[in-house]
Formats: sequence, structure tokens, C-alpha cells
Amino acid sequence: MNNLLTWATLLPLLQATIRMAAPYTFAAIGGIYSDKAGVSSIELEGLLLIGAFAGFVTVYFTQNLLLGVLAAALAGMLLSAIYAYMVVFLGSKAALIGTAVMLLAGGITSFYYRSIFGVSVEYPSIVPFRNVPVPLLSKIPFIGDIFFRQNLLVYLGYILVVVTWFFFSKTALGLQCRAMGENPFAADTLGLPVRKYRFINVLVTGLIAGISGAYLSLAASGSFVENMSSEKGYAAFAIIILGKYSPVGAFLGCLLFGFADAFQLNLQALGFNVPYQFMLMLPYLFTLIVMFVSGSGNQPEGHGKFFRKGAQIL
Amino acid sequence: MYALEIKGFTKTFGTLVANDNISLTLDKGEVLAILGENGAGKTTLMRGIYGMEVPDSGEMVLSGERVSIRFPKDAIRHGIGMVHQHFMLINNFTVAENLVLGMTEYTGQLLDRKTINQKINAFFEQYHFDVPADAKVKDLPVGLQQRVEIMKVLFRGAQILVLDEPTAVLTPQETQELFHIIRRLQSEGKSIIFISHKLDEVKAISQRILVLRLGRVSGVVNTSEADENRMARMMIGRELHTEEKPHQSADLIRRRVLKVEHLIIKNEKTIAVKGIDFTIFSNEILGVAGVDGNGQKELAEGIAGLCRVESGSILLNGRQIAGKSVKEIRRSKVAHIPEDRRATGLVLGFSISDNCILSQHDCPPFAKGILIDKKTVRRFARQCIEDYRIMAASEAETAACLSGGNQQKLIVARELAGDPELLVAMKPTRGLDVGAVEYIHSCLLEQRSKGAAVLLISSELEELMQLSDRIMVMHNGEITGIVYPEQVTAEEIGLMMAGQKRPEPVLVPKQGVIA
Repeated sequence: MNNLLTWATLLPLLQATIRMAAPYTFAAIGGIYSDKAGVSSIELEGLLLIGAFAGFVTVYFTQNLLLGVLAAALAGMLLSAIYAYMVVFLGSKAALIGTAVMLLAGGITSFYYRSIFGVSVEYPSIVPFRNVPVPLLSKIPFIGDIFFRQNLLVYLGYILVVVTWFFFSKTALGLQCRAMGENPFAADTLGLPVRKYRFINVLVTGLIAGISGAYLSLAASGSFVENMSSEKGYAAFAIIILGKYSPVGAFLGCLLFGFADAFQLNLQALGFNVPYQFMLMLPYLFTLIVMFVSGSGNQPEGHGKFFRKGAQIL
Repeated sequence: MYALEIKGFTKTFGTLVANDNISLTLDKGEVLAILGENGAGKTTLMRGIYGMEVPDSGEMVLSGERVSIRFPKDAIRHGIGMVHQHFMLINNFTVAENLVLGMTEYTGQLLDRKTINQKINAFFEQYHFDVPADAKVKDLPVGLQQRVEIMKVLFRGAQILVLDEPTAVLTPQETQELFHIIRRLQSEGKSIIFISHKLDEVKAISQRILVLRLGRVSGVVNTSEADENRMARMMIGRELHTEEKPHQSADLIRRRVLKVEHLIIKNEKTIAVKGIDFTIFSNEILGVAGVDGNGQKELAEGIAGLCRVESGSILLNGRQIAGKSVKEIRRSKVAHIPEDRRATGLVLGFSISDNCILSQHDCPPFAKGILIDKKTVRRFARQCIEDYRIMAASEAETAACLSGGNQQKLIVARELAGDPELLVAMKPTRGLDVGAVEYIHSCLLEQRSKGAAVLLISSELEELMQLSDRIMVMHNGEITGIVYPEQVTAEEIGLMMAGQKRPEPVLVPKQGVIA
């Protein structure tokens, strides 16, 4: 038990935390674009799955990892367009369409995976992203080892957190996007096209969440497994709430979830005498507890409110 | 040449004609008042001018030039600004953020908040408006939020300002300040459309008055020549008459309907009602006066069973109802007209007929076993619509579609349907136009004649003086006096409202014999 606290065991745990946090980061940061504009990001799960699949297939046939990431982003965006159209323009219930999108992604990916690769004992695989230490930064004691000896996608995640924070708090366009989430009726009276803004924000969510999926198949594993998003999209949905709709807050939440994942894996490796299914349960249990304690503080006031021209405010 | 001219403006929603061939003119530097009851089509007309509704027909001429305004951005471009009845502000944004939102040509893509705040503060100074630009809107009182709305409109260079019922949310002092601003804007050559249903305000601020009734223009008059009776006739289609409470004979036999003893009610923050005692008799209206937040709301909700009674007793015809469920209380013939008709009084998404039977839905004649007898419900709803003159296309329409006055009539119709023995009415005429107020008053008086006991809570002293048999004044959760309205002045009641106790409360109504 004592050896748990030495640097030699702690370092891999913390490195794994960062690694495990990355898919949550993409998903949660992506989701924030929807949520800030007032559209629920409950569709993330499906976007992750389709991204993971599109990324994997592309790399499998082209051996080009960057092309894979691009394909994943595009796939996520296409799927989110369906969601955005139904929710933003038709006023369908987000939870309903979000679930439909997830089921659709599950069906599409399983079907095409089997029709392309067949059913075999051996998983087809690709060479995943390698770890690339960042020059200089990786030399910082402790911090460098933990944060800057990771793969390229992890770094992209850091950048997205900063860019997203900057976008929403420092730019005029970001302010306008937030207005759509706070009070779409007020935004309308100022002549801003509410539905267009909301639609585009959801597309951005799709784009970034697609990369989250790519991370799962192209960085975390190097292969595709059916339903490999394993509810990470729903966890990200919870993380956004936990982080009070702020990109930085969400990133901290992602680290927490990354830690839960890493801890769970390490406990198994350390040979604790607990059934592993129990450990697998931890992240989900965690999600539930988070939803329970965090409430929905700081939620944009017009979140989930359907906007239609000429609609009276009730 | 007019600043604004509207010709033949028509807008229909389904079968409802909200605006029927309306024409108006607005001079430069003029305040034109648009007067009309709720549902007369004032707001629809204004939303049309601002591009939030597209009219079915009609044209707009701005300074001699024909324009087509289909979206708010067209209106803003042509120098039309609107201050909405429900503020169009973003509560979580700062004042400055609300002002510059969407004006990228002014701010640039990168927001330099410091410079923006300075510029906005400088802009405010021109209008002697003293609110820091970096304050969050949600932290401002309502009066100031409205000023921010006006500033927002001016900041966008509006020459024509439309103010939709701007005084509805203001205190008398704030209203005076608003009038001051309006006169100032007028002196700068801006033209203003001022919408209201209050005759006295309209007379105080406007040069001309356009009266709308049932979606049509029923008259345009110069304010200097306007007389109130004529205006009221144009607005509601008949003379306005204030209801007088009918005289009651000395040998009327009265029962104690409601007897409240040592009642204590707590709210989240404090003890709201601090051990009060009073009695209401049959055939009596007991008015409750007091500044908002002195325990009146808790008292009403305590009696209706909506909030927990800490201690003390509430006896209805001698039976304890404190601590009983709302359902039990309502079944013992207590009716309640709540303060907020939209949030508490109605289920806005339900149809009129469903709203009519709320809380009676599970007993005959509306329920047959576990089923609701839709036919009976519809018949009942149609009866309510007819009896209470609710303006609605049909009983299947949702309550949300009704205007404020008609929503209130719907609640009154429901609450009075069971011939209550006790009616608790919390600000039943708040925000209603003259016609509807008069109607609600007559309903309350009718209950009094029928023998009910009425607890009428209101912030309009005039209303209490006119209707009550006795007035009870509350301050800080205590009763500071119970008086006969004929024997006090408004000033004396004002003093009691401020906390000055008046000895020897009158414990029984003037006329009648106590059983």
C-alpha cells in the first residue's frame, strides 16, 4: 500500500490522468459551444462514436493520422448537422434527438465496421499517435513529465481550451454566441440571426467532438471497437455542468475524470483484490455523483429554450 | 412631413384580427400615446413597427420615404428603437455588454472592455444616467434596467422610440423620472410612441392620443382636449363607472367565517407573519393594506394552504384548516386568486377548459370514475367564457393565448364557480386595464352580496377604500390597525403602513348583527 505514494508509481498515474483526460477535454470543450449558445450538448455521445470510426477507417486505408483526425472532425460535424437542424430549426426535444443520434451512430459504425472488416478474432489495427515531448517545456521538473510528454492530440486539447476561453470571453462574436444562450429573444430584437448562430455553434461542437472520437481510436488504442465511446460523451455532458459552463472549469473537470479512469486502471494493475467490473463502474458512479452535487449553476438563462420568430415569451 | 406614417396596417393570427386597418401619423418631436385595453392590439402594432411581426398588409412611410421593415435589424437601421414591456436584456451580461451586443462595427472583433466601458460611461453622462457600465444587469433594480433599455435604443441612434407599457413595472416616483427623460428626448427632436392603458399617465405625457379598441382605431384626439369619460368610452366602448359597494341593512345576520388566531408563518428568511388575530364575517370584504413584503403574501398563502403555518389557528366556520392540505382546504369552499396569474394561477400550456376545472377535475360532474367527462368540461368552459366575458376564440385555446385581463377573468371564473364561503384575493387587479378592473371589482362585490367572506389584499389604496368594509393594515408581519374606510384618510393609512400603530382596531363590520 505504501508504494502507492512514491514518485515512481505516482508519475505513471498522473501521466495516465492527462492521457485519459484528453478525450473528455475534446468532448466537453466541443459541447460548450452548443451549451453557450443555448442548445443542449446531449448529442456528444454519438458524435464521439462516429468520429472514432471515421478516423480509424481513414487511417487504416491511408496510413495518414492527420487525415484521420480531419475525417473524424468532418464526420462529427455532419452528424451534428442533423441534430442541429432538428433541435434548432424544428424545435424537437434535445434529449430525444440526442439519443436518436447516438443510436444512429452506433448502428452506422457497427454496420460499416463489419461490412468493411468482417467479423474476426483479430482486431484490425493502425499505428497510433506516438508521444512527442515538447522541446523546453518537457524539461520542467514534474510538470514537464506529466503534461508535455504526451501525444500531439493532447497538446491540441490544451490549445482548444485556451482558444475557447478566449473566444467566449474576449471576442465580440463570442459575446454574440453567448447572447443566444442567455436570451435569444433579446438577441433577436438586436437583429442577430438566432437560429443561424445556434446552428453553427452546434456544428463546431460536432467538429471538436469528432476529434474526441479520433483520440479514442487513433491515440488511445489504435483500433476501433463497437461502442468504444463507452458513455464518455455523456460524461462530458456532465463535466460541462460541473465546470459551470466555463472552458477552464470544464478542463479541470476533465482532469478529475481522467484521474478516475487512470486510477481505476492502475488499481487493477496493482492487483487489488476487487472484482474489476467494480472498478470499471467507478467513472460512471463518478458521473452520477457529479450530477447530483453540482446542480446546474451558471447555466445560460435561455438554455434549451426554443426560438422561433414571432413567438411570444411566456 | 411626418416622422412616421402607417397606412392600413392589418395583422391576423388565425381567426383573431389583432390589428384591423390601422393608420397613424407621428410628428417629429411628438409624444403620441396609444391607449387601449389589454388585447386591443397595441403590442401587435408595435411589434409590427419594429419588424418582429410582419403585417398581412399595410405600409410604412418614414420621413416621406416608403420602407419595408421585416426584421428588427431593418427597424434599427431606420432609426426605430423599441423598449419592450418584458425587457430584452441579458441579465448575466454587464450594462456595457448589453449596449454593444451585435455592434461589431463599433467594438471591433476583440472586445477591449476597459475602453468600451469608458465610452459607454461617457455616453451615459450626456443623459445624466448614473449607472456603472460594468454593473451586471441582474443586479440593477427594475427602474434602472428600463433605463438601460432606453439607453440601448438611443445608443443605436434611434430617432423614433416605441415604449411599450413602460410604466407597468415602475413605482410612482420612477414613473416621474421616466416622464422627465421622455420630455428631454422630445426636446432633442426625438419622436416617441408611448403605449399605456392608464388614462392619467397618457394625459400627463402626450400631445396626442390614439385610442385602439378591438384592433381598430376608435379615435385620435389632442391631449389638451381629451376628457377622461370620452377617452374611456373610446377605449372600452361605454362609460366608465366605479362600482359602489351596495348598502347593507342593519339587521343583516353575520357569521364568523374566518377566524385567525395567533397566526405565525415563516418564510425562507424571517418570520413573515408574527402572531396576528382577526376575523372576517359573512357578507364582508376585509381589505389588507401594506407595502409589499410585509407578510401579506404569506398570510394569503398560509390560509390557502400553500405555505406551512408555524403555529396559531385558522378556523373556517369553526373548523381548523391550518395544516390541512391545499386540496382539503379548497374542498371546504375556500377560493384563492393568487398574485401571479401566469406562474401560479394558470397552467399556461393547458387549454381554457382544462384550466377551468383545475382542482375540481377529479370530482363530479367533471369526473366520471377515473375518466374526465370532456363534454361536461367543454360545456362548463363555454359557460365560463360567456358569463365572465372572456375574449377567446374557443375553449380549446391555451391559456397562454389570452391577454392578461382575460387570464385573470379565467381564474376568477374558476375560483368563483364553487360559490366559495371564503375568497382570498391577492392583488386581483394587478396590471389590468380599466375595463377588466371594473369587472373584477363587480365580481368581488357580488361575492360579498352572496354572503361570502372576502380577504382582499391590494397595493392600490384607492381600490381598498372603494371596496372594503374594513381595512386591515400590515407592517412587518403585524397588524398596525383595523379601520372603517369611511373614517380614515389615505394619509392615516399611509402612516399605519409605515409602522405607526393605531389603537382600538374595529373588530366587527359596521352594519349587521353578529350571530
